[in-house]
Amino acid sequence: MNDTRNPAPLVLYGETFQSRLMLGTARYPSPSVMEAALLRAKPAMVTASLRRQGAVSPEASNGFWELLKKLAIPVLPNTAGCHSVQEVITTAQMAREVFATDWIKLELIGDDYTLQPDTLQLPEVAAYLIKDGFKVLPYCTEDLVLCRKLVDVGCQAVMPWAAPIGTGKGPINPYAMQALRERLDVPMIVDAGLGLPSHACQVMEWGFDGVLLNTAVALAQDPVRMAGAFADAVQAGRDAREAGAMTAQEAAQPSTPVLGTPFWHQEH
Amino acid sequence: MQIFVNRKPFELDAAATLADALALARAQPPFAAALNLQFVPKAHYAETPLKAGDHIEIIAPITGG
Repeated sequence: MNDTRNPAPLVLYGETFQSRLMLGTARYPSPSVMEAALLRAKPAMVTASLRRQGAVSPEASNGFWELLKKLAIPVLPNTAGCHSVQEVITTAQMAREVFATDWIKLELIGDDYTLQPDTLQLPEVAAYLIKDGFKVLPYCTEDLVLCRKLVDVGCQAVMPWAAPIGTGKGPINPYAMQALRERLDVPMIVDAGLGLPSHACQVMEWGFDGVLLNTAVALAQDPVRMAGAFADAVQAGRDAREAGAMTAQEAAQPSTPVLGTPFWHQEH
Repeated sequence: MQIFVNRKPFELDAAATLADALALARAQPPFAAALNLQFVPKAHYAETPLKAGDHIEIIAPITGG
């Protein structure tokens, strides 16, 4: 994207990204569809994970590994499925070695049903990982005080959910999300719960700095086309935010000039 | 001695190292390893001793959200 279209690119931990969309790599109908979707959307980063060797076929694991190398999109490993501080730390350290990156999407699950992050332990583990040299992007809720504490311990960006992972509901707490945006001046990536491009556009219009999603693209009937739709929506929302929206009015006001209207009579 | 790799039991000599366990379990790159929930860097496999009952995790990259 050229500078005219994107005069203020996303900056995370001092690194510049030309896209404000991040995409997951799970749940696509096939690796080839995923590849086409990623090529269409040109995301800033793609998320990846780690599982026990043998849990997935060596062919699938190697195929994914080769695809990541071929696409050359920065990888954001996650700590998905971790339920304790130590699990997160060990998984992050293993991810750093395997993927050869300091980036980590910090996930510490506090509730299995909603996949709500463990908000009470997130700051502690984030602080540890930052001291250990990671660039931490914490998956969190829209709670302002939590996000502020994450920033206090050194997170240079936070990733509040819009809704529980995989629900596609869109922002379920618009008031809190907008209040968070107004109160905290760090890059914020909305992570999880978006189902439609309009959801992505909406949060970008509110001033969020980027969007991370997976299921809404992977489970679309045409994931490639949906990947493009989300990329366009994220850019549209960002442009709208930068452009500055008009102030909504209660009363109708004609947009076409009234002066000189033909057949116009005063008594109307 | 008996150790566990990804929850499966394996028999090794008492002097075995983490490198021996990974070879026995046929760990295939790319992978990373942890011993009793502590990450062990690749460079330390051959000098990491094991004891009976140790739990080793071998992980590989997969898709994720």
